[in-house]
Parts: sequence; C-alpha cells; structure tokens
Amino acid sequence: MTRGLARYIAKRLGFAALMLVGVSLILFTLMRLAPGGPEAVLIGGEFSQEVAAQIRQRLGLDRPLLVQYGTWALAAARGDLGRSFKTGDPVATLILDRLGPTLQLTGAALVLALVVAVPLGVLAAVRRDTLWDTLASAVSLFGVSFPSFWLGIMLILLFSEALHLLPPSGVSEYGHEADLAARLRHAVLPTLTLGLIQMAAFMRFTRSSLLEVLRQDYVRTARAKGVPGGRVIWRHALRNGLIPVVTVVGLSLPTLVGGAVLTETVFAWPGIGRLAVGAVFERDYPVIMGVNLLVATIVIAANLLTDLAYCLIDPRISYA
Amino acid sequence: MNAARRLARSRRGALGGLVVAVMLATGTLAPAMAPYGYSTQSLLQRLKPPTAAHWLGTDGFGRDILTRVIWGSRVSLQVGFLATALAVLVGTFVGGTAGYFGGAADTGLMRVTDVFMSVPALFLILVVVALFGASLLNTALVVGLVTWAPVARIVRGECLALRTREFVEAARALGASHRRILVRHLLINALPAVIVQSTLLLGQTILIESGLSYLGLGVQPPLPSWGNMVVEGRQFLASAWWVSTFPGLAIFVTVLGFNLFGDGLRDALDPALRSGSG
Repeated sequence: MTRGLARYIAKRLGFAALMLVGVSLILFTLMRLAPGGPEAVLIGGEFSQEVAAQIRQRLGLDRPLLVQYGTWALAAARGDLGRSFKTGDPVATLILDRLGPTLQLTGAALVLALVVAVPLGVLAAVRRDTLWDTLASAVSLFGVSFPSFWLGIMLILLFSEALHLLPPSGVSEYGHEADLAARLRHAVLPTLTLGLIQMAAFMRFTRSSLLEVLRQDYVRTARAKGVPGGRVIWRHALRNGLIPVVTVVGLSLPTLVGGAVLTETVFAWPGIGRLAVGAVFERDYPVIMGVNLLVATIVIAANLLTDLAYCLIDPRISYA
Repeated sequence: MNAARRLARSRRGALGGLVVAVMLATGTLAPAMAPYGYSTQSLLQRLKPPTAAHWLGTDGFGRDILTRVIWGSRVSLQVGFLATALAVLVGTFVGGTAGYFGGAADTGLMRVTDVFMSVPALFLILVVVALFGASLLNTALVVGLVTWAPVARIVRGECLALRTREFVEAARALGASHRRILVRHLLINALPAVIVQSTLLLGQTILIESGLSYLGLGVQPPLPSWGNMVVEGRQFLASAWWVSTFPGLAIFVTVLGFNLFGDGLRDALDPALRSGSG
C-alpha cells in the first residue's frame, strides 16, 4: 500500500467516524424531541404521571439529552448497544440474530441483479437501436417504476396462489428450519423481488456507460487495427465501461437496505428491516439506534470500498 | 426544433405526458369522477370481483375500489408534489451556494449532501414519520427534507460549469450582486436539468409515500392511499386478487408515467444527452 493511499484511507475513516456521530446524534435528538414516549407503549392503556415518571427514570430518559447521548455513544464505541426497552434483551444480540437473514437476502438480490443486468446492459449497448436495446430499456424503465412491496405481492399471487410453485413467505415451516432445499425455496420470491428492482438501475447504467466508452478513440483504433469485435468489447471497452457501474453498485446500498425493509415485511422475512419496523412502532429507542448505526456503518464502509475498488479496476486512478 | 416540439415528437415523452396529465386530472377531479363515496361501505357487496357496477371490484368492507383508487391519486400526487417542491428548493439552494461560492462552502455543503445520500432514505423517513405522527403534511415534509441531495449535486455541477463563463464574468464586472448572478444567470441556466430531475424525483417520492402507507405510516383511514389499499388486500390475496392488484397498478403506472415524461423531457431539453441515456 502506498503512503498516499494509506493517508487517503485514514482521512476517509476519520470522516466516516464524524458521519456516524452526525447521523446518530440527529436521530437521537429527533427521537427525544418527538411527542409521546416509550412509556405509553410499554404500559399500554391508562397510566398516571407518577408511573410514567418512574418508567422514564428507570430507562434513563429523565437525564439531560447530551448526557444520554454521551452515555449511549461511549457504550456503543465499546460494542455495547444497550438493551431493548421492550424485551430487555441486549440490542447487539437482537441485531446479530437478524443480520444473517438480511445479508443473505440483500447479498443474493445484489448478485442476481448484477448477473442479469450487466450482460443485458452490454447487449443493449452493443446492439444499440435494435429490439434487444428497446427490450432492455423497457425492462429497466419498468423495474425502477415498480413499488417493491406490490411486486412482491404480485409474485406471491402468481407463483404461490395461482401456480402453487413456491411458498408465499420467506421462512421455512416449523420443524423444517434446517432443511436447505426448503430454505432456498422460501428465499426465491423475496430475492427475486429485491433483485428485480436493483437490476433495472444496474442495466441502465451498464448500457449508458458502455455506450460512452464505445465512442472513445482507443476503441475505434482497436477496431481499425482489425481486433475482433468480441475482443474489443470484453478486453478494451468493458473494463473501462464497468467503472461507473461499480459506483452505482456502491451507491445502490441505501436503496437496497430501504427495499429490504419493505421486502422483509411482505414476506415475513426475519431480518433487520422487520426488527426496525417493529422497534419504530414500539418506540424501542435502543433498537432503533442500534439498527441505524449498523445500517449507516455498512453503507459508509461500502462507499469506501467502492472508491478503493477503483484502484484495482483502473490503475490510472491514484489517491496519492 | 424547439424543446416542446421535440418532446411532442418523442413517443416516450408524449406517452409519459399523457399518463401524467390523466393522473393529474383524476386527482383534481376526484370528487366529480368517483362513482361512489370513498368510505361508503356495503357488507352485502364485500369482495365482489370486477363487474359493471364496480369496475375494479370491491374491498373487504364492500367499498368500491375504483372510487378509492381515484381518491388515492390525490394523496399520492399531493405528497409527491409537496415533497418534490421542498426537495428542489433545498437542493437548489445548497447546490447553488456550493457551486457558485466554491472553496470551504462547497466542501462543507457537499459533505452534508454526502451524508444524506448515504443514509437509506426510506429507513430515515420511516423513523421520523413514525415518531412525529403520520399525516399528509408530515410525510411530505420529511420525504422532501431527505431526498434533496441528488438535486443539490446536479445544481452544483451546473453552477460549477457556468460560473467561469464570459456572461457571468461580464455580470460580475458590471457590479451585479452575488444573489443576482446566482439567481438570474446561473440557476436560470440550470433550470432544464432541475426540471428533468424534479420529474424523476416525483416518481420516487410517490414510491416512498406508497411504501410508508404500506407500512401503516401514510394518511390514516378511512382516507384511501394506494399503499394502504395494497396492504388491506394482502389478506384476501387467495380469494380476491383485485383488492391489492389495482391500487398497486395505479402506483406503477403513475411512477412509470413520470419516469417516461422525465426521460422525454431530458431528451427534448438536452439532445446531446440522448445518445448516452438509458
């Protein structure tokens, strides 16, 4: 690693830490400023002011805002995200239990989207203004216009209710949790839902990026020298054409996580998204903060890795 | 050929424009167009499939789905327009200031923009709307305040490219104020790009609103929104497919319309972009 690259990474890590503090502080303040509090959800029904005050004191919500944030941030830096207001379980444990299914869903959706989108985007660019191009453009335009939750429901309607091919929910039946084939069958529809939405954006970018590269002088020169068409595309054009696609994959993570919240809700998928939705409705502040911190960390780390991936793909880019 | 003629000649743009116009007319004329009241229930008419009396069928309370889809367009479009207007206002201010002044202002404002681009919008909006209460205005405000970052990036890019041009130098030499140069010379030239981005953003904000409604954080019943109609129909999917299908189709067609219109506008306003666009 060069000294320039090391300095660049150190700078970005410092900025990432600042971003995490900023995002968590904003959310922490908003939660405390919001009307009502977790006591109403915890007790349910009628309760006196004294009882509410006791609960707020027990949860530490009666202390000054900055003290509360400082206590949370110092503990979070040590890996302690506190305990759920509702269940009393450690937040880190709750998150770790749900992280696997979410990573499995988002990872599979991302792979599916790339495997389909990149070749189709290349085909649309190479066979520009043909039926392939029109078809790929239509698919990508349709894909970015679908509400993911509705797409999921329509897939359930088709594959589960009408054709009886696939199960409608994302979790295996009781007693079959360890059955790999059953788990895969349950994962098909959620992965397809999340993947199809991402696919559209990737395909659009692959096509436009490759079209840009195909117009460059060095591609024309390679063609003029008699290099076969396939070789020009795969060896000369695609390597440069894929750089913006890497950015789009990095930038798509927030959308992917947002899409996972809805997809997990539609398919009852036991992941972070459903944990977050439940915590929001129950005003479970520690769980909301924990999930938010995790999501922000993943997104920021992915952005950094995307930038570093540039170096590998394009040696002309230097961070010195 | 001027932009309006180019837009009319583009099949995509014209089709998108037509869809957008129909949706706008539907939302505006909902009270006159809807065949029934949006909350009129009839338990004898529960879960009836599409018929001549109920073109899109009825839901679990016997309410006419066509009526509720028509009224739902109002909610989606109101939230979409309000949120997009706010996002464009904030994005133009931030991007214009960063691009025109450059230096520390640019660095600082763009880092804030980066933060907003890195946070999953739906997740942040979900938390804030749940905490502060779901209402049409709250939803629109929060969606607008979270989705301005792409507008800021585009406006900044336009201002950076324009600020060293001769006509800007001339205005500066004539003693024009920063505000005048920014508004009259830079932002006015960035307007085509902002209009295109706003059209595409409208589709996105409608998608976000419908997602929130699906999670139970949209407008509250009995006022219909497309998202809460889809979720209400989820339980009847096996026996009454139409309850979820038609409201979702309305979201899809509307968002597709705005996306087509935005693509058409981009091609019409900047033909140079056409070859590279998807």
